[in-house]
Amino acid sequence: MTLDLVYFAWVRERIGAAGERVETQAPTVAALVEELRAREERYAAAFADLSALRCAVDQELADFDAPLDGAREVAFFPPMTGG
Amino acid sequence: MDVRVQAAPFDFGAEAAAFAAGRADVGAVVTFTGIVRDDSGDLRAMHIEHYPGMTERAITAIAEEAAGRWALGDVLVIHRFGAMAPGEMIMMVATAAPHRADAFAAAEFLMDYLKSRAPFWKKEVTSRGAAWVAATEADEAALGRW
Repeated sequence: MTLDLVYFAWVRERIGAAGERVETQAPTVAALVEELRAREERYAAAFADLSALRCAVDQELADFDAPLDGAREVAFFPPMTGG
Repeated sequence: MDVRVQAAPFDFGAEAAAFAAGRADVGAVVTFTGIVRDDSGDLRAMHIEHYPGMTERAITAIAEEAAGRWALGDVLVIHRFGAMAPGEMIMMVATAAPHRADAFAAAEFLMDYLKSRAPFWKKEVTSRGAAWVAATEADEAALGRW
């Protein structure tokens, strides 16, 4: 499947891109993260500690074990600091 | 319900007055305003990044949750993104309710959730460079009381 990935805050800075389109068969967000980590050092650095990261699937906050079936957009970012 | 995500400054007084005007159905309006705070005395700017598309949706969901929990007449949330100077207003929340307890509680609930469940990220620029503001355990713990 084709997924649009978007990155925010220091995740975007560590990866060096605001987003990208990927082809993947990963069944879950966590499996997608494993694929990304294996790509290059900058991904491994960005995804080194999942407890420091949050994710959203199709613009809804999700857990890392969330399924990707039918998903179009996955976002990765640090814990939010609004308000 | 009115949710606005914008780069431009807002006029807090005008917004609060307009929100409260012409309502005989509510007896209470509570407002909260968040301001860029300079803890170090060295803050040059605050940059706020957000997730276009998700941000409005997430804030609206939080406001709808508040409307389901308390008897509210109306809710207003304005949250800015982009570059701001120390002392500038970042955001405001207003709640209207027949009774003040509901208006206060809903405003606090909105603030707790906006802090850690709306997709904004703050970066502080000082003379030493730029650094992302880390979320605190207290922010996350604050959700537990709801």
